[in-house]
Amino acid sequence: MKRRDFAKLAGLGAGAAMLPASAFGKIISPEHLLSPGLDVGQKKILADVALNSAKGLGASYADARIGRYLNQYVFTREDKVQNVVNTESFGIGIRVIANGTWGFASTNDVTSAGIKKATEQAVAIAKANSKIQKEPVVLAPVESHGEVSWKTPIVKNSMEVPISEKAELLLDANAAAMKNGANYVNTALFMVNEQKYFASTEGSYIDQDVHRIWPYMNVTVIDPEKGKFKSRQGLSAPMGLGYEYMTPDPNETFEGIGGVSLFRNRYDLIKDASEAALQAKEMLSAKSVEPGKYDLMLEPNHLGLTIHESVGHPLELDRVLGYEANYAGTSFATLDKWKAGDFNYGSDIVNLVADKTQTGSLGAVGYDDEGVETKKWDLVRNGVLVNYQAIRDQVHMIDQNESHGCCYAQSWNDVQFQRMPNVSLEAGKEKYSPNEMVKDIEKGIYIAGRGSYSIDQQRYNFQFGGTVFYEIKNGEVVGMLNDVAYQSNTQEFWNSCAKICDESDYRMFGSFFDGKGQPSQVSAVSHGSATTRFDGVNVINTGRNI
Amino acid sequence: MAIYTKEEAKQILDKALSFSKAGTCEINLNASNEGNIRYARNTVSTAGYQSNQTLVVQSSFGNKVGVATIDEFDSASLEKVVRRSEELARLSPENPEFMPPLSQQEYLETSTFHESTAKVTPEYRAEVAAASIEPARAKDVTAAGFLNDSAGMSAMINSAGLFAYNQSTNVDFTVTMRSNDGTGSGWVTRDYNNVDRFDPVEASNIAIDKAIMSREAKAIEPGKYTVILEPAASAQLLGNMFGSFNARTADEGRSFMSKEGGGTKLGEKIVDERVNIYSDPQNPLVPTSPWAGDGQAYKKMNWIENGVVKNLAYSRFWAKEKGVEPVPFPSNGIMEGGDATLEDMIKDTKKGILVTRLWYIRTVDPQTLLYTGLTRDGTFFIENGKIKHPIKNFRFNESPIIMLNNLETLGQQVRINGNLIPYMKIRDFTFTSLSDAV
Repeated sequence: MKRRDFAKLAGLGAGAAMLPASAFGKIISPEHLLSPGLDVGQKKILADVALNSAKGLGASYADARIGRYLNQYVFTREDKVQNVVNTESFGIGIRVIANGTWGFASTNDVTSAGIKKATEQAVAIAKANSKIQKEPVVLAPVESHGEVSWKTPIVKNSMEVPISEKAELLLDANAAAMKNGANYVNTALFMVNEQKYFASTEGSYIDQDVHRIWPYMNVTVIDPEKGKFKSRQGLSAPMGLGYEYMTPDPNETFEGIGGVSLFRNRYDLIKDASEAALQAKEMLSAKSVEPGKYDLMLEPNHLGLTIHESVGHPLELDRVLGYEANYAGTSFATLDKWKAGDFNYGSDIVNLVADKTQTGSLGAVGYDDEGVETKKWDLVRNGVLVNYQAIRDQVHMIDQNESHGCCYAQSWNDVQFQRMPNVSLEAGKEKYSPNEMVKDIEKGIYIAGRGSYSIDQQRYNFQFGGTVFYEIKNGEVVGMLNDVAYQSNTQEFWNSCAKICDESDYRMFGSFFDGKGQPSQVSAVSHGSATTRFDGVNVINTGRNI
Repeated sequence: MAIYTKEEAKQILDKALSFSKAGTCEINLNASNEGNIRYARNTVSTAGYQSNQTLVVQSSFGNKVGVATIDEFDSASLEKVVRRSEELARLSPENPEFMPPLSQQEYLETSTFHESTAKVTPEYRAEVAAASIEPARAKDVTAAGFLNDSAGMSAMINSAGLFAYNQSTNVDFTVTMRSNDGTGSGWVTRDYNNVDRFDPVEASNIAIDKAIMSREAKAIEPGKYTVILEPAASAQLLGNMFGSFNARTADEGRSFMSKEGGGTKLGEKIVDERVNIYSDPQNPLVPTSPWAGDGQAYKKMNWIENGVVKNLAYSRFWAKEKGVEPVPFPSNGIMEGGDATLEDMIKDTKKGILVTRLWYIRTVDPQTLLYTGLTRDGTFFIENGKIKHPIKNFRFNESPIIMLNNLETLGQQVRINGNLIPYMKIRDFTFTSLSDAV
């Protein structure tokens, strides 16, 4: 689903008939979310129809993805349930190589006849485009996995929890926020189950059951006399977890700087809602930041987005090579910098890893969408750029012969391509806590939670905001700040990385809506880190009088 | 897949509605065919084709509403989907904001469908890619582009007697041209209802010229500059500004349109008095469906007249709460322009910056509509009426409200993403830092 469609779904009082139904598939009953789809044996028979048809039509390679995508959304505001939607999208996508060129077609007619027709379309497209193809596809070898399966290690399937229980939790959170002075509250729960079956002419038949959950909250406080308002978003992270994420656990809750509660593998929505209202009220009268250079202390649920934009995207090999030039852009991290072997992406304490296996993360799967077993690999080691993110048809361009296993399609009816894996900053090796970090800062700002974010098309210049800001002076937190954004350049910023807290502070940020490609596709991805200090970063004041 | 005619659509919808046993029932039918081609590195990368058809049934009992969808339209399937929506309605919580279906509305005639676009073939798409790639290659430039064409229909019926139908076609094209030395980049966008109006060679050449002209850009200091914004540069900022034309968030005090002491800025002058923005589904250059998804009729509507806010959008629920007529969000935006061509505007500029487009625009402060983003794909320094040299890209932090208060000149209009936007010369546009990105 696209960001825009989500906004529409969450729209205040949007009529249900105005939902962009095709973006979500069929709307179904909640019970249907738990009904089994096709059994694996049937899926194998149908996938083989595609693979055999493709080979018969002269394709040198083919893969088939039979996907059943289940979503449930629950939206509330203040004391009302606004919308409950359950959707199912089911179909098959067939990708082929013919005459050295990719072709793709999809259908929701998952019968022998429907699959054969779609396969013919895919081969016809490949052949039509091969006439102007100048770079025949080269695929890296992949292991044949035979018949295998993988499942997100969840404790409780979100789809099994009654809607009434979910609505009650959201309404309780809204009430907690209102009790603490909120004027308006929007909360939502967004749950995904991707049941994906992959088969290819390389001899793999892979069945996967992937789960994700995202509790969303936005609390607004207004001052009608001054005509001012402030909003504070929830400090949850979308996660690759089941409904267990919604069960608070004191061992998974941390007190951040300024008394802000932060969450790891379990979320306390009601606690966060109460604090959100209090903090939004405080923002109305908080001090406006004095622009200048500050040492920034970035909390993981904030730093994750900075990692996403300034490390995740520039190290996507398709961007580096120019395949995304017309949309997302290209990259400053060009091949010559990587080949040189000494490009200082960051200071020598900066270690950035790509990982498609991390438990609880949004990107975790057993195999990617072209049948490659997932793994973990280095992108930046001791500050030096060492690798990119690449898939089967790309790795030969960086003289490697093994795909990194980060190919993904948002649905059965979209073609798979290289997508960002979880990209994370390794925690510091020495014991070091956020409270110790504060003591080491003379003039700084602590930033928690995500905010406004913008970065150029080659990922040099960026500007980021946050959810809450606290001023640090001479080793002490002195109060909340407003109107804060920092502007920097990726290489300069990561080279100003001065200190990283230890593993006990490591948490994940996540996004359901990483957008890329034309037509645009979204992908869900997590980014882990511990609280990190960056020295002497340029902070601007974003306050204006109109 | 079929793009159902009005008669065929009516037949399917009548049949579906005949199964309804609910208090109210509203049914939407959509069908579309969509094709695309994508190219990069001067070669085609992916191409695709999609057909979709969906029937959405919304049934209600009192304030309890249920929605179900289906993509098969035989009698048994239609009955099944109507029953399912009724079951879901019975299980749903009360929706206090539910509005009963509208009775028949009067719709304007609009011209949104062109057979030529509906007949686009995979071969045509490949020709467009070639028409873009070949001239690029001849000039040491690399093309990356995307063409998407669609043909579709929408229809709705409800238990209060309303029936509406519309067909439309669209073609959208963008291409980025980068000089092979990596120091220059140009871009162009085109969109039409009628593909016959689209000239891929003309469009591609503009982007190629910009790629070549923008090589070896010089850095100049960030600060406040007079800018000439091409329509593609201001379109998104204006679109974002329109997000705040929502009466409900304005009334609730959480919008740029909320006023100090309560109330809204409806009727207040917020921008230069030469700014006039309206929507019109019948405009021949940017026609739209004459009806919104809930059946409300679109008509010509002034949003900003002589710099004054003339209307805010009221949902049917919020209009009822406030005792006013509902006003649907517009389906297009038309900003009045002037006669000046881009060349005239450059000639009349002593010192300024020509901006091809702004990119990665994000909200910084919803209170003031402050946005940040960057220039991209062709930014040029103008001195004494002439383009002097390309300049490095800038990050901006600016509000469209401030921008439209600092209006110098309005130029000719251009269609951008279904809207008509003029070239604009703006003084004191705020650039806050330099970017090395090309």
